[in-house]
Amino acid sequence: MPFIPHTPEEAGAMLREIGVADMEALFDEIPTELRSDALERVPPGMSEMAMLRWMAERAGNGSGLLCFAGAGSYDHHIPAAVWDLAQRGEFMTAYTPYQAEASQGTLQVIFEYQSMMSELTAMEVSNASVYDGASGLGEAVLMAVRANRRARGGTVLLAESVHPHYREVVANIVGNQGVKTRTLPMRSGAVDVAALGEPNPVAAVVVQQPNFFGLLEQVDAITDWAHERGALVIALVNPMALAVLKPPGRWGSQGADIACGDGQPLGVPMASGGPSFGFLCCRRALVRQMPGRLAGRTLDLDGKAGYTLTLQAREQHIRRGKATSNICTNQGLLVTAATIHMALLGAAGLAQVALGCRNNTRNLVERLTRIRGVETRFDEPFFHECAVDLPKPAQTVLEALIEHGVLGGVALGGYFPDMANTLLVCATEKRTGADIETYARALEGVLA
Amino acid sequence: MTTIFDIARTGRGARAQYPGEQTAPAQAPATRQVHAAGRDGSGTGEPGDGLAGLPEALIREAPPNLPEVSELQVVRHYTNLSALNFSIDGHFYPLGSCTMKYNPRGAHRAASLAGFQDRHPLTPDSASQGFLGCLYELQEILKDITGMQGMSLTPMAGAQGEFAGVAMIRAYHDARNDTERTEILVPGAAHGTNPATAVMCGYRVREVALDSSGDMDVEALKAAVGPHTAGLMMTNPSTCGLFERKIGEIARIVHDAGGLLYYDGANLNAILGKAKPGDMGFDVLHLNLHKTFATPHGSGGPGAGPVGANERLLPYLPVPMVGLEDGRYRWLTRDDLPGSIGRLSGFAGNAGILLRALAYSLMLGREGMRRVGSFSTLNANYLAARLRRAGFDLAYPDRRATHEFALTLSRQAKACGVSAMDFAKRLLDHGVHAPTTYFPLLIPECFLIEPTETESKDELDRFVDAMTAIGKEAEQDPDRVRGAPYSLPVRRLDEVKAARELHLTWKPGPND
Amino acid sequence: MSETPNELRYAETHEWAREEDGIVAVGITDHAQDALGDVVYVELPEPGQWVAAREEAGVVESVKAASDIYAPVTGTVVAVNEQLEDAPELVNQDPYGDGWFFRIEPDDAAELGELLDADTYAETCAAEDE
Repeated sequence: MPFIPHTPEEAGAMLREIGVADMEALFDEIPTELRSDALERVPPGMSEMAMLRWMAERAGNGSGLLCFAGAGSYDHHIPAAVWDLAQRGEFMTAYTPYQAEASQGTLQVIFEYQSMMSELTAMEVSNASVYDGASGLGEAVLMAVRANRRARGGTVLLAESVHPHYREVVANIVGNQGVKTRTLPMRSGAVDVAALGEPNPVAAVVVQQPNFFGLLEQVDAITDWAHERGALVIALVNPMALAVLKPPGRWGSQGADIACGDGQPLGVPMASGGPSFGFLCCRRALVRQMPGRLAGRTLDLDGKAGYTLTLQAREQHIRRGKATSNICTNQGLLVTAATIHMALLGAAGLAQVALGCRNNTRNLVERLTRIRGVETRFDEPFFHECAVDLPKPAQTVLEALIEHGVLGGVALGGYFPDMANTLLVCATEKRTGADIETYARALEGVLA
Repeated sequence: MTTIFDIARTGRGARAQYPGEQTAPAQAPATRQVHAAGRDGSGTGEPGDGLAGLPEALIREAPPNLPEVSELQVVRHYTNLSALNFSIDGHFYPLGSCTMKYNPRGAHRAASLAGFQDRHPLTPDSASQGFLGCLYELQEILKDITGMQGMSLTPMAGAQGEFAGVAMIRAYHDARNDTERTEILVPGAAHGTNPATAVMCGYRVREVALDSSGDMDVEALKAAVGPHTAGLMMTNPSTCGLFERKIGEIARIVHDAGGLLYYDGANLNAILGKAKPGDMGFDVLHLNLHKTFATPHGSGGPGAGPVGANERLLPYLPVPMVGLEDGRYRWLTRDDLPGSIGRLSGFAGNAGILLRALAYSLMLGREGMRRVGSFSTLNANYLAARLRRAGFDLAYPDRRATHEFALTLSRQAKACGVSAMDFAKRLLDHGVHAPTTYFPLLIPECFLIEPTETESKDELDRFVDAMTAIGKEAEQDPDRVRGAPYSLPVRRLDEVKAARELHLTWKPGPND
Repeated sequence: MSETPNELRYAETHEWAREEDGIVAVGITDHAQDALGDVVYVELPEPGQWVAAREEAGVVESVKAASDIYAPVTGTVVAVNEQLEDAPELVNQDPYGDGWFFRIEPDDAAELGELLDADTYAETCAAEDE
């Protein structure tokens, strides 16, 4: 019996202790008409060996593509030590650290993580994670509205250059609470700072840096503009890029109010989209509006330093219907990996990754645009992703490139109808000159 | 323990290994120096100026203060930290409502296959047939287990599954222009996520009391439902560890009032292969794959909370889902499901957890699934019977336990001044993780105990021995119990100080 | 046994109210602070805010619980106890004195009379403890 240790003799002894004749009697409170053991669609059990073979056959299908896609998930190198440590059973099979004395390892990891994220974003506080970047942005919007609704109403402005999936997720998460989202229009792929008008009062403004197209937004001007109108500023950022880009806490004259994003670039495999983790950081003044867990340092009965979850009265298990969010389980194991990843790389290592990505993407774009009919769609400055226009529909080109073993990027036509021929490309620090040449030759072949 | 920041601060640190590291200085340089020196980490081997062309105003001025330590320092630090945790791998972990069962290594291996791990989420369907096929298979298995007609795997945890389900209830009523339904009913003993979810979906919450036997008070329910009722959220078995015997009547009452029934799948382990929520009248549900399907809890996540729907809520399931047409799998989006409540995650949810749940299901097979329900129930009833014989009070002594049961320690609290929390902390000294304490709130000095099917009889017997020993100690030396734990890395922590002083990040200098 | 001073009026939701020159001072009772445990945070209304009787006007948090504070009478908040921001422990140490929450200028001074007197409130608490 898979994973069930009982011998028939033990099971018999246990039934006797309970005082029932058989297993069936244990279910005597379920009305007979509701009993059903029909499981036609569940196959018969497999051995581990057979299961692994079955799964490996499916994992192998379409694997091994040379990845030039980004758009929120990036093919970075992850040092071997990261997951060797993170998947230790002591981290992987522990529960949420509610019993602090039996969870000091996890709690200290969270404290270290909070410290690192707060350094990276230059914000005062970080929580212990939310599910992912998109849902985390939804939480950030709700947080800003809670803090600012009385003064500024329940409308939030999202830049058009924010990842389209994220914009959709935000609308889906906040809409049922009566929060409205409006679009801050872009021009040439980024927020048009010169055209920033005087909108109706809004509770918050969301801007992504680097934005969905890989372009850098003029975050100082946008931040100051929003603050002058009493709106809070939510920075959606790539944490790896923050090794070299101005952190949200330094945007404009006062800094952003909330910083969030997806932590995947920090030691998390692309893994078909998840699990990753969302990070959420803020000014200290907003900490009570922050959803999710927080670890704090304190002392034990003997005066020894230790860690515990704190400010739990904001959370659903205590505050129920009045909690800051319904979030309970978060992405603890990914946070553990990210903490180890940041410790291994340090500031200089992260900066090297960031610069390596940018350098490689520039080399890639320079090479691809030497092909006839291939042009960058927007002008620089881009960071480590770039939108390029092709002489053919991008989706068709992508499918053809797969035959050459290349995942050539992300087609943008599904998101922006006027970009049917546009491909968003990215070359991380893992891509070599030879990889770029492979891509370019394949594209030449496809476009020929 | 010393933090990684302190290790770095003491100056033993050399920078960790990374491509290009031979040219990197031991201390983190200012970012501008990194690029000025051309240390761009480029895989192309070409020294490049990675920051060229970027506006000066958008560049970081000073590097973040991240620790600069060697690889060995990192490995040793986090290895030592891990040793401070209790975990399923090392300890009996009978947390009620959390289903802390063994997490099979095979499932972990399967999800860690390179073809899954290295797959970009926006890879076209044509190169994702194997992966999509796995998700499709899981959708089908979960539909069968729950008796639902549709299943979306995208919610990233139970609470997001709840959000999806209640948002679907709202979308259903809205589509019928039935906009007067403003209330969600929950049992008074519901998980905190239920009322929190209802509020996130724009509903008011009304609690319905339980009767003295632990079932829902049907008269109270009748009084609460009406034209304002959007739905009722409940777990079955309930949060008190009891099968809700009147579920048929409850479903009729809610449906007759025009409301819908939401099933919180936190306690599905008890009825796996025994009964299906769909047959009980539930319209929509979520599952916790990190409970019932043995995916690891990861010190607080990741989980996965697939949401299932019956015929009438099918059009509203969140996207993306996986469809099968003419032998080809493909992502279904809002273009295919225009009524969908939409996307809830950046890509498609926690794929790695879904793959683990599939691997677990394949290994168990249908026979193994049925045994989960049987043996999780056997273990809970055995432990309840033994604890009762050892002199402990069951909260519902006349009821059959399900996969979990509630104990009340209020007699001990009154007699010895030793609370459920004291018992919990003393259990840690016996090498057992404490059960869920003080939930459900309506049971005084409550222990909610869920042993799961993967624990042996010997382990359960040891738990009874530990509880018995603590019970004796509470009578003879209550201070000893109140001062526990003694054998862990720290003793009881000052949570009041933590909340008042809010020390949330490491600071240079003394940290206390 | 917790204190319930005779000169105060009480709400069933465990707030006390004391009239001082036409202004009503509000706090939580000794019984309430004892049940909550160590108070770690108090959220107060804004001065100038109009509050309705029996509606939420603030929150008090301990480590394990959070409770809404309801305005015992209808009126305008004229002062809040800013000391509680840095010293929430005052609620535990001196619930009827330095641990006060806010002061209301009532719309209708007679409303105070609808609240419970000390004996009735004490009976309510005793019944709850049963």
